[in-house]
Amino acid sequence: MDAVRNDNPFAVAPRGDNPFAKITDNVSRIVEAERPPRAWYIAFGIALMLLTIFLSAITYLAWEGIGVWGNMIPVAWAFDIINFVFWIGIGHAGTLISAILFLLRQNWRTSINRFAEAMTIFAVICAAIFPGVHIGRPWLPYYMMPIPNQMEMWPQFRSPLEWDIFAVSTYATISILFWYMGMIPDFATFRDRSKTAIRRFLYGIVAMGWRGSSRQWHRYERAYLILAALATPLVLSVHSVVSFDFATAQLPGWHATIFPPYFVAGAIFGGFAMVVTLAVPARQLFGLKRIITIDHLELMNKILIATGLMVGYAYGMEFFVAWYSGSMYEGFTFINRAFGQYAWAYWTMIFCNVVTPQLHWFPKIRRNPWATWVIGVIINIGMWFERFVIIVTSLARDFLPSSWGYYVPTFVDYMMLGGSFGLFFTLFLLFCRYLPMVAMAEVKAFHPSVLSHGHGHGEHHGESHDAPVAAHAGH
Amino acid sequence: MKLFVFPRWANKTRALAGVALGVTPLYLIGLVWYGASPKTTDVGYMPVQPVPYSHALHVGQLGLDCRYCHTTVEKAGVAAIPPTATCMNCHTKVHTESPLLEPVRQSWETGTPVEWVKVHDLPDYVYFNHSAHVVRGVGCVSCHGRVDEMEEVHQQETLSMSWCLDCHRNPAPNLRPPSEVTNMTWKPPGDPVAFGQSLIEKNHIAPPTDCSTCHR
Repeated sequence: MDAVRNDNPFAVAPRGDNPFAKITDNVSRIVEAERPPRAWYIAFGIALMLLTIFLSAITYLAWEGIGVWGNMIPVAWAFDIINFVFWIGIGHAGTLISAILFLLRQNWRTSINRFAEAMTIFAVICAAIFPGVHIGRPWLPYYMMPIPNQMEMWPQFRSPLEWDIFAVSTYATISILFWYMGMIPDFATFRDRSKTAIRRFLYGIVAMGWRGSSRQWHRYERAYLILAALATPLVLSVHSVVSFDFATAQLPGWHATIFPPYFVAGAIFGGFAMVVTLAVPARQLFGLKRIITIDHLELMNKILIATGLMVGYAYGMEFFVAWYSGSMYEGFTFINRAFGQYAWAYWTMIFCNVVTPQLHWFPKIRRNPWATWVIGVIINIGMWFERFVIIVTSLARDFLPSSWGYYVPTFVDYMMLGGSFGLFFTLFLLFCRYLPMVAMAEVKAFHPSVLSHGHGHGEHHGESHDAPVAAHAGH
Repeated sequence: MKLFVFPRWANKTRALAGVALGVTPLYLIGLVWYGASPKTTDVGYMPVQPVPYSHALHVGQLGLDCRYCHTTVEKAGVAAIPPTATCMNCHTKVHTESPLLEPVRQSWETGTPVEWVKVHDLPDYVYFNHSAHVVRGVGCVSCHGRVDEMEEVHQQETLSMSWCLDCHRNPAPNLRPPSEVTNMTWKPPGDPVAFGQSLIEKNHIAPPTDCSTCHR
């Protein structure tokens, strides 16, 4: 196997010595097991509880109106938009892994892309709920769509909030298509391994008659490439559009040209932090340590250092521009951010997002799964605080001191924040239990034994018949 | 265990699914477009009134002016529903024994109003002022139709937001000299658009279209 790595230094394939059958077995047994591990039940119970809290909070909100939140002029946007930006940002890592890393031939992505894509979709679902309920009349979200109606009302296309609708719905559509299409070969594997009629039928339906013929693989590869090409601009565009919600306003602290790249870097940073937060327990719990290896965690941690430095640069540059612009409002906003009433939030953010990732410079830490997990959680907290700092500090101290205020969230705000994690984890745990958590076919395609075929190292040759070698191996 | 194979008839479902996916959205759009339109849900609303009061008889044949009963229409937001006393101005002398008028006589004796049912009922979040329109020369007939030909009053127009906006954006076709507002058969002299335009200039008609005009 080592010879393979020397031949192809870019193929950071899932290492270890899993032959194909073992990969299939390793992934399928999670779904085929009679019962999931006990930890799954505990986690699912907690997730369902949080989901119930979320649904209760939304019901209460719909019944009473958004007065139950702490949002109050001048801080008219608070947890609702913070949570929206937080969740939509989380999703970006999944799209980056499935689209950009695919186009860049980063083959190590195959071990993590499936559940990163799942994470994307669940994060987008969580994100979409917040703008849906914060309009105050959650039964009227169709006002945001350009539907001809008897009121002659039309969306305001000059508003970035309207662009959001299209950015996020496009993103959700492409992500779901990409995710589902990628799962079809794995569904077929599940179908063919089924022991019960109902499983066979259900996985048979979703596998859509996949037989693994070369023509099917050819089309699959084409479609994969097209979807990757469509999804690639979305990695950059969706969070750029989200940043326009702020950047096009004239509020100091929001009105900044650095926002789109700053938001995109932050989104990928937060998204990868979420991927490692999910990957570490998942590989532990479901016995995937040989597919999602320490090497994978290390690579993701390196991305965390890179993107963490980018957001750190953006934090610094905001201060520089505030000073360099000579605008007194701009200067005040940033001094207030770091030393004003919300300084605690600002320094939490700096600690979590700029200081903590630096620990990954040490190989001992970035190759330790639980240290990785802890740092991932801290970064997630930091990224939530980043949005809090941007939104709340800028609004609470705007141009007129007479309209200044201090935002305090209510209990319902906390219920909605915690509850959205319930929705996310409920969906994620169901995904772990019933869907292929690792893209088996793709992992096999870049398995060292495949890459070694051309060089006469095919010691697992005999087992390769169940993998799409011909279509995938690309050499 | 046997491999899962889609049965042969499943091939047909692909075409059927294609048709269903193509037609269902069109059907739903059509259903909502037609079914949820105020033209379907609101136009033609004719509730049963406690007394079958005929506008066709009183206005069309006897020639009562609208303002004889709806007295406040030029001065207030609401066009008042007349009190029983207005009916009794004549009905102490005319048709005093008519069984149809029994509820009116009862109301007259007990002092409890007749419970007329409102026909043209706007949502509570809409502010509408009759006097603002009548004084500027929007005829009764523009919104209420030929009431002088209705045995029982029904809703003629949609009263939808777009219907309001149509006129607020282009008021000329529905304008007349304020003296003619209650005239059910008034026709503009000459070119209606040019005449409406001249009234816009003469009476300074500039209908607002911002949200807070009606949603206050």
